[in-house]
Amino acid sequence: MYRILCGLMIALIAGLGWPQRSAAAPPQASQCAACHGANGMGNQAAGFPALAGLPAAYLQAQLAAFKSKERANATMAGMAAPLTGSEMAALSDYYAALPVAPAPLPAALPTGPGAALAQRGDWQAGLADGIPSCDSCHGPGGLGVGTQFPRLAGQPALYLAAQLNGWREGTRKTGPMGLMAAVARRLTPAQITAVTAYYAALPADPANGAKP
Amino acid sequence: MRSMKLNPRKAMALALLGAAWLVPPTGAAWAQTPAPATFSPPDEAAMPAGPFGDAVKLGENIFRNTPKYAPQFTGNTLSCDNCHMNGGRLANSSPMWAAYVAYPAYRSKNKKVNTFGQRLQGCFRFSENGKAPPLDSKVMVALESYSFWLSTNAPTGAKMAGRGYPKLAKPAEAPSYQRGQVVYAQNCSLCHGANGAGAAAHGAVVFPGVWGKDSYNWGAGMSAINNAADFIHANMPLGLAGTLSAQQAWDVAAYIDSQDRPQDPRFTGSVAATRAKFHNNAFSLYGTTVNGHVLGAAAQ
Repeated sequence: MYRILCGLMIALIAGLGWPQRSAAAPPQASQCAACHGANGMGNQAAGFPALAGLPAAYLQAQLAAFKSKERANATMAGMAAPLTGSEMAALSDYYAALPVAPAPLPAALPTGPGAALAQRGDWQAGLADGIPSCDSCHGPGGLGVGTQFPRLAGQPALYLAAQLNGWREGTRKTGPMGLMAAVARRLTPAQITAVTAYYAALPADPANGAKP
Repeated sequence: MRSMKLNPRKAMALALLGAAWLVPPTGAAWAQTPAPATFSPPDEAAMPAGPFGDAVKLGENIFRNTPKYAPQFTGNTLSCDNCHMNGGRLANSSPMWAAYVAYPAYRSKNKKVNTFGQRLQGCFRFSENGKAPPLDSKVMVALESYSFWLSTNAPTGAKMAGRGYPKLAKPAEAPSYQRGQVVYAQNCSLCHGANGAGAAAHGAVVFPGVWGKDSYNWGAGMSAINNAADFIHANMPLGLAGTLSAQQAWDVAAYIDSQDRPQDPRFTGSVAATRAKFHNNAFSLYGTTVNGHVLGAAAQ
């Protein structure tokens, strides 16, 4: 009985220490970590996106798209090429389960054209050519909605801009209904700069339940 | 899913409804090509300061997030902004600046001359499936202030270009539940869900429910398929407006408005009597049988 209790205690303590890492890191995760960070939170300066806490289905679709070149990226194509479907699934599950550390909201939320585009969109061109607000699909504060609308908050501006330009230029073909390609083609370079700076400045997980 | 199954009595009712579609279509998408809107509401930055500005700002907040800012009058997850896009500013999305200057007006819906405030009360009772805010309540004063301010320099009583949703012509073929189901799966369910319930994230509604207990009720204008088709064709899918054909808009409107939703608050105690009194037209499927189920009988 004592042994069982001790075993339970150890399991409990171990569990408390790494509450979200229920699954061990798949072997390939060490290669991911070189750019995306050991904690999966990416690298702002270099423009490597955070993977932690993104929907597993989304991550898995991206790995498959890198392999098929639907999403053109030389580095990621090389990384994804040797992966099997089940290895992609394991990596995606692992990163989806990694915790996003809560961070305080910035003392002053970013304002200006980036914030306006993110929260209100730009409807100057009317209904058919207008730009819906990013938040209207990616959720308030760009925290993400479901498996198809990933988190934008806290992602590097370089990364976000590269994606928008990829949709404009056709190098990123992924995404449901061609929505992002349609919207990205309506953005000016100045709007891309402003809106990507806005989301980069937002916390990936605002602390204290405060949502922008 | 199975096709519409009708019992004989309902089949006759639907045949009557169908007769309305036998009018030869003109082939044009719209009943009348919409004139380009020339009016622009004032910029956000021009919102006044002081107590009136505070009321305008509160009105905008209520408009854009009704469940959060007017919870006492809201019975579902919808916001005004879901049907009147971009805070009621957008031409052809039933903008507030065109509606504000059109009231008081007679409405056949309640057979009375309605003030603008009374018109807004209707939105809360039906589209919001909630309670009508009293005309002198803070919520109503704020929404009227916001709408008045959006209408700055709009001529009173004018029929403003961009008002309402551009009215679609009758479709080439009668609206079809089956075709609409396909249109919905391909163009709508990504956001509104296969079950029509929409989606929330981090405690906020992101995609409104288009049927079910959190959507508009059977008394709402949107429960009539002509209104839903007009709205959808002009406004949806968000970011891809204009990509659905008029026929697709009619079909998907028929599909969405063939689902269960909250009861008409004017319910008389019987679906048949309520249909006869309030839904006796080709555009409402209330009281008809779809998939062996009488719409409105199990209203949520």
